[in-house]
Amino acid sequence: MTSSSLIKSFERVKEDNRAALLTYTVGGDPDKKTSLNIFKSIAESGADIIECGLGHGANIGDGGAIQDSTYRALSGGIKTDDIFEIIEDFKKDYETDVIIMTYQNKIMAYGEEDFIKKCTSSKVSGIICVDWPWPLNLDFAKKCKENSIVFIQLLCPTTNEDRLKNILNDAHEVVYYISMLSTTGQKLKVSSDEIKKRFNLIKKISPDKKCIIGFGITADTINDFKDTDACVVGSALCKEITRSIDEELNPATNVGNMVSDLKQKLSS
Amino acid sequence: MMKLEKGIPIIDQHDANGYWGGKFGGNQIAESLNYPIEELTREFEKLRNDATFIAERDYYFKNFVGAPTPFIKLENLTKHLGGAQIYCKLVSKATGGAHKAYNAVVHSLICKRLGKTYIGGDTGAGYAGKMLSMAAAKFNLKCKIFMGAKDVERQSINVFSMRSYGAEVVPVNSGSQTLVDAVSECMRWWTSENEEAHMCVGSTVGPTIFVKICAWSTAQISREMKKQVMDEFGEVPKDMKLINCVGGGSSAAGFWNEWIDYDNIELIGVEAGGPEGSSKHAAPLTNDSRIGVLHGATQYVIQDDQGEIEETESISAGLDYPGVSPLHCFLKETGRARYTSASDEEALEAFQLVSKNEGFVSPSLEPSHAFAEAIKIAPKLSKDTIIVVDSCGDSAKDSKIIAERLGYKI
Repeated sequence: MTSSSLIKSFERVKEDNRAALLTYTVGGDPDKKTSLNIFKSIAESGADIIECGLGHGANIGDGGAIQDSTYRALSGGIKTDDIFEIIEDFKKDYETDVIIMTYQNKIMAYGEEDFIKKCTSSKVSGIICVDWPWPLNLDFAKKCKENSIVFIQLLCPTTNEDRLKNILNDAHEVVYYISMLSTTGQKLKVSSDEIKKRFNLIKKISPDKKCIIGFGITADTINDFKDTDACVVGSALCKEITRSIDEELNPATNVGNMVSDLKQKLSS
Repeated sequence: MMKLEKGIPIIDQHDANGYWGGKFGGNQIAESLNYPIEELTREFEKLRNDATFIAERDYYFKNFVGAPTPFIKLENLTKHLGGAQIYCKLVSKATGGAHKAYNAVVHSLICKRLGKTYIGGDTGAGYAGKMLSMAAAKFNLKCKIFMGAKDVERQSINVFSMRSYGAEVVPVNSGSQTLVDAVSECMRWWTSENEEAHMCVGSTVGPTIFVKICAWSTAQISREMKKQVMDEFGEVPKDMKLINCVGGGSSAAGFWNEWIDYDNIELIGVEAGGPEGSSKHAAPLTNDSRIGVLHGATQYVIQDDQGEIEETESISAGLDYPGVSPLHCFLKETGRARYTSASDEEALEAFQLVSKNEGFVSPSLEPSHAFAEAIKIAPKLSKDTIIVVDSCGDSAKDSKIIAERLGYKI
């Protein structure tokens, strides 16, 4: 079952006494083949879980670096089915879990039921949908659950305690804490301690749920989060893809190197 | 079939999740925007029942925006076309030259009540941005306007105004570089800045509360017009048609608001058909586009089979938006309003015909679409039929485009 595979990944990481490293890159950036190679390189460089962006042009949550990646993928003609194909190909050779991060209109356009079916057949472990907040997402989340896909609820610094409790009560095994009020890729504007304080509150309310921390985390700050469950680095990797393309270097190799470095910093 | 309730303002006919007809609108937003939207919703519900706030709004509407705007008969156009009697609500006489001032004033007042000193907004044709910067200057608010790079270019007169009022104009270079991208960028900005700043969405689009605030503000148009109609006819005419252009839909929502319960009054919305023969129209209601989520709300939206928003094309920057207000989706589904489109060419012809015949009325390219429909149907109707067109913008800002299209050098 894909869902338990995600949980198992978290358990394995816990046994190692460290936080899981999640990476975010946009699926299909800059093309299908390179994107698959980037995923492989990321997995070989030690990432625990891969977040694959199913980009949307009219997004309301992506910062500049991810917008650039999304634009490259979409203008290259990448379609939702291409993303599923990349993931399916990747999963043929790798155990690393893949989570899709997207926007509601992409799921609506594909059809909710079909989207879930396709996630199952291409071995997607979880879904994050940026603009589908609780409680509007509950029906869809239920359908995900019935198909062993973890629907990952989002929390943020201004989610008040009542809402936090309600969301956690409905949440599946994994939640995502947006560390600060911003789009992706901005400079961390709150201290790591403040983020961990909120993380601890989430863990106090729901000790059994795994909480991913994302937004603004880079090689400079990742070590601060080694005692948490998991953290995501995204924009820095997307920027590295852009730089590699601009300088005619191999994005897969460069992103892989960056992931190794992040992994080392998170584990040391 | 969806049903309208009588006696309840249309802005309040949504369900607990913010959906009109259980389907259109809503708050499909990132979790980071949940708190500021809840805060704004609470504050607005309080303010709309606060007599001091209403008095303040009315004071600024009257003394600064210039309410009421004229309601006049277009004698020459009526004579020229034959058939129905054509009237015009000359909203373009509002300060700044369009209806956008109402929403801008209300948002600026709300911003102050929220204790915030910074306001940001999106703009397409530049009117929303111009009026917001104007109001922000008056109310001492720091102001940032997001505008598609293509619109910055084609609406340079309004950009000049915004900068004169001290606003920072941010050209948005992503995607089609028009209004759709400006709104996305503005929402991204607010996601980061919402603790300090207030956001003004420039039309009846976006999360439910923004649809409500905007339509509540533009409702001034029909509120004052109702009195003017009674003064003119002594009663509500038996056969009256209200024609308005629809891009996001804010002026139509305001022009129709007081008349929705009058079943005998026909409401006609005119979308941008784009250049003749082009498939890149901005007419999601007329052409039954697919329903999707754009800028936090469910609506008819022009998109491809991947859910990607498709580029639209219209001579009128203000109508060049791939989505449309949930209020209009609701009015369409309930059958209360009829939606059609006019092409760029028809709008240009209408502009010329109206300007030439009426002089004092020179509609911008947006209401020229509404006039095009009036010109189309008036000759077939009897003189007992009253057509009222909302001339919601003045042509001054379009002079460059119009002159170019008509072969004049200015």
